[in-house]
Amino acid sequence: MQVSVNINGVEHSRDIEPRTLLVHFIRDDLQMRGTHWGCDTSNCGACTVWVDGAPVKSCTMLAVQAEGAEVTTVEGLVKDGALDPIQEGFTECHGLQCGYCTPGMMMTGRWLVDQNPNITREEIREGISGNICRCTGYKNILDAIEYARDHANSEVSA
Amino acid sequence: MQTPAPVEYAKATSIADAISRLEALGEDSRPVAGGYSLIPMMKLRLARPETVVDLNGIAELRGIRVEGNELVVGAMTTHADVLSSAILFEHYPIFREAEHVIADPIVRMRGTIGGSMCQADPASDLSAVGSALRGNAVITGSSGSRTVPLREFHDGPYETVVQTGEILTELRYPIRPGAGSAYEKVERRAGDWGVCTSGVFVVVSGGVITDCGIGMAAVNADHYCAPEAEALLMGKAPTEENLAAAAAAAANEANPIADQRGPADYKRHLASELTLRALRRAVAASQGA
Repeated sequence: MQVSVNINGVEHSRDIEPRTLLVHFIRDDLQMRGTHWGCDTSNCGACTVWVDGAPVKSCTMLAVQAEGAEVTTVEGLVKDGALDPIQEGFTECHGLQCGYCTPGMMMTGRWLVDQNPNITREEIREGISGNICRCTGYKNILDAIEYARDHANSEVSA
Repeated sequence: MQTPAPVEYAKATSIADAISRLEALGEDSRPVAGGYSLIPMMKLRLARPETVVDLNGIAELRGIRVEGNELVVGAMTTHADVLSSAILFEHYPIFREAEHVIADPIVRMRGTIGGSMCQADPASDLSAVGSALRGNAVITGSSGSRTVPLREFHDGPYETVVQTGEILTELRYPIRPGAGSAYEKVERRAGDWGVCTSGVFVVVSGGVITDCGIGMAAVNADHYCAPEAEALLMGKAPTEENLAAAAAAAANEANPIADQRGPADYKRHLASELTLRALRRAVAASQGA
């Protein structure tokens, strides 16, 4: 089945099986490995991307359902070579250890900050409850998202 | 790696289009809403539809409105929209309380109330809410729509009365002036299915309970409700003693089984305790209304 999806501003067309999950379309068909593939059960959030500006666990959506949609992956956060504030935050605050959950954490974190520029630490804690980290205990991740909240000066188009 | 079996895909453009496709394709087709229930079932090969008909493009299935003395929620309304709805919260805070403990914020962005109802998981929070409120389901097929009480909507675990060629289009809940409502859930971790849940509404008028509903999920209560416990409360003063008696009766209407979420007697204890807590809060809200 022919599918065309705009990912990070670039149109991608492929002939795929309708059963192809969005995460595999991104990682395998398009060879974009920034989006991680974790639990496969929509629990861990490592595969979180934005579809038309809203976060989606891409292991639980068919790629054909994204036909005509605008998808943003972690690769789309960089603008003109400059890191997004959420990426700066994870760098400055050491918001990762193994890095497996990081792409999903950043997509969720940036979305949370966009939704509510005054989001509290407690609201962030709840906001990332669908993204699981097995290394850090979350403190530095919360610090990183708060950094993005406090430095959200560059623009990201959803 | 979990991948669905080979499947065909069609995107419906309207309710009529969805119905005609599902009717033509027959029982090996399934409508897909948010996908957070059906797609995992397909990945586990517990569901193997030959075709999925995508309802996500049908705008007329989304939205929350008041119509007469009913709250009407379109089947494709997302959990996030139910959670944040001022209209639903005004009449029934139980919706916000239940949605707040369903899955996680990302899943709630795409998962829908109709999809959740049709998945008919025994631990479905919204099924308990729907039964507590004695809501109705509007099911639409090629010959028109029919309305089914939510207390008759389920045919057992993962089974509903929605037939091939039909889709659930609306959920309707009667507005009850002065009602208080509350939802209680014990879960192993944030966003999990409940070990046990209880949701209630109560109307207190003239010092006695004039209307009430009790719903429970995850404890195998028939149609997620506790009618004998409700009968005990009708016409009674909302004293702690009366509420406790009803909560104990509700626990007797539960038939929990032991599983990885806990032993049966623990779940039955929760059914009583959570129903009591929900009743207390709903009574207080109704008396304050």
